[in-house]
Amino acid sequence: MSMTMTQKILAAHAGLDEVHAGQLIQAKLDLTLGNDITSPVAINEFEAAGFDKIFDKDKVVLVMDHFTPNKDIKSATQCKQCRTFAKRFNLTNFFDVGAMGIEHALLPEQGLVAPGEAIIGADSHTCTYGAVNAFSTGVGSTDLGAAMAVGYTWFKVPAAIKVNVTGKKKDFVSGKDVILYLIGKIGVDGALYKSLEFVGPGLKELSMADRLSIANMAIEAGGKNGIFPVDDITREYLKGRVNRPWTAYDPDEDAEYESVVELNLDEIDCTVSWPHLPENAKPATEGKDIKIDQIVIGSCTNGRIEDLKAAAEILKGKHLAEGVRGIIIPATQSVYREAIKLGYVEIFLDAGCIVSTPTCGPCLGGHMGVLAKGERCVSTTNRNFVGRMGHTESEVYLASPAVAAASGIAGHIAHPKEVL
Amino acid sequence: MKAHKYGDHVDTDVIIPARYLASQDAKELASHCMEDIDKNFHAKVKDGDIIVAGLNFGCGSSREHAPVAIKASGISCVIAKSFARIFYRNAINIGLAILECPEAAEDIADGDEVKINFDTGVITNETKNKTYKAEPFPEFIKNMINDGGLMASLRKKS
Ligand code: SF4
Repeated sequence: MSMTMTQKILAAHAGLDEVHAGQLIQAKLDLTLGNDITSPVAINEFEAAGFDKIFDKDKVVLVMDHFTPNKDIKSATQCKQCRTFAKRFNLTNFFDVGAMGIEHALLPEQGLVAPGEAIIGADSHTCTYGAVNAFSTGVGSTDLGAAMAVGYTWFKVPAAIKVNVTGKKKDFVSGKDVILYLIGKIGVDGALYKSLEFVGPGLKELSMADRLSIANMAIEAGGKNGIFPVDDITREYLKGRVNRPWTAYDPDEDAEYESVVELNLDEIDCTVSWPHLPENAKPATEGKDIKIDQIVIGSCTNGRIEDLKAAAEILKGKHLAEGVRGIIIPATQSVYREAIKLGYVEIFLDAGCIVSTPTCGPCLGGHMGVLAKGERCVSTTNRNFVGRMGHTESEVYLASPAVAAASGIAGHIAHPKEVL
Repeated sequence: MKAHKYGDHVDTDVIIPARYLASQDAKELASHCMEDIDKNFHAKVKDGDIIVAGLNFGCGSSREHAPVAIKASGISCVIAKSFARIFYRNAINIGLAILECPEAAEDIADGDEVKINFDTGVITNETKNKTYKAEPFPEFIKNMINDGGLMASLRKKS
């Protein structure tokens, strides 16, 4: 039987020769992930069930990223509970303040995810690792609690949509524009429960940073996961990061896809998703009348060094418009360090922005940039739901780092061309 | 087992309204189950009865209270055309049997007497004298449901 990339990875982890869409399987896991919000619940479940062992101290990863450095007593208590658990089981990969970064930027960067691996995380954007040809998906805290103990979980094998990428990227267009455009095309439930499998000659146009942004937002189209095949770009990225053996999975020629979406990069310009759904995608050039109060550049979608570079190139020698606040958050410690070394931090400070230690912070309206009633923000994060970044009457416009930076300078939603 | 039939998109707010979420007690949750679309649900359901519904059953928030309330009401299985993903996972994890079978979900009427063979996936409508076929659960899922859910089942093994 022929299979998709996702189905092949699941079959391999279930010890089966083949699987089909809809089948219930039990699969071994290569890694489990929890953060400072979801892990405490999982730890409670783990303890309530009476477990006293974890399946592998190298493969249970906890990242303290959402409300850290702790914003209040409750979040401090949650981190403390994770810390105690990490000590108790001597976890190799416990990332606390000083070492932590935003989980989905951190794990690929640290080489903790590799092609062909199966990963679950108690966080919906765990689907990010499909960028390196891993199967990864978000689950609930009970699932995480159980998986930390036994190292396997159950899945319903997903059907898949093939996204055939062709064409060439225009200037200033990044992976973020591509995924916002795609979600605009298929809708927030366009890939419900399904795998989004990206293939085609256009992939060579997409850097690893682009692919990570794209796979990250597969969930915003309702997808179970998003996944790319391995090519030279992947191999180059993995060099020096992943030293264990891994297996790449390509889809079979005649793999069964429920539908095929054609994605021609030639047609995509800088794209912004208007409130309050990621599917409200329009060209950035249509935002001239949208005055803004804040820009946020960071998150698991767009907090990598390539993202900061794109923003720095636009902000260099310029200043934010009057009344606009600029918040820039490198996603990991090494991105932070790199941004200092390359002079980006100075560019940001000169432009009137602040640069923070890694944290999810404003992405989920947690801290470090919460919006008041009536305020508008252009943000490189991945969700613009009602109240996501603060007051229920505030508005979030999703965009790439280049568009966010340009909008900060213009004072309204702007295409980078407008300010250069 | 009597079938209780509902339409498409029965969401978790209908299954167990948010105003009752302060309770963790399954029996208490069961007493309010489905009350916003079917006031008499709690009174009329007998142990072993089933729910039959349309598309996207259990959509909405990810609350685990929803399958818990249904199971504690005495419902032995939910048959639907399709389920919301998180509900599907939660239901299996707490040990509530659920079957996707568009044909059965369409054909079974409110009040029909229905029998389910979980080993074969065959659903028999005794009132209409018809059978439908769902994909049977693999062994490990059957065990999980019989043991009372994911955690209970793993605890038994460890
Ligand atoms: S940056 Fe935002 S979307 Fe990403 S993990 Fe943090 S809260 Fe979630």
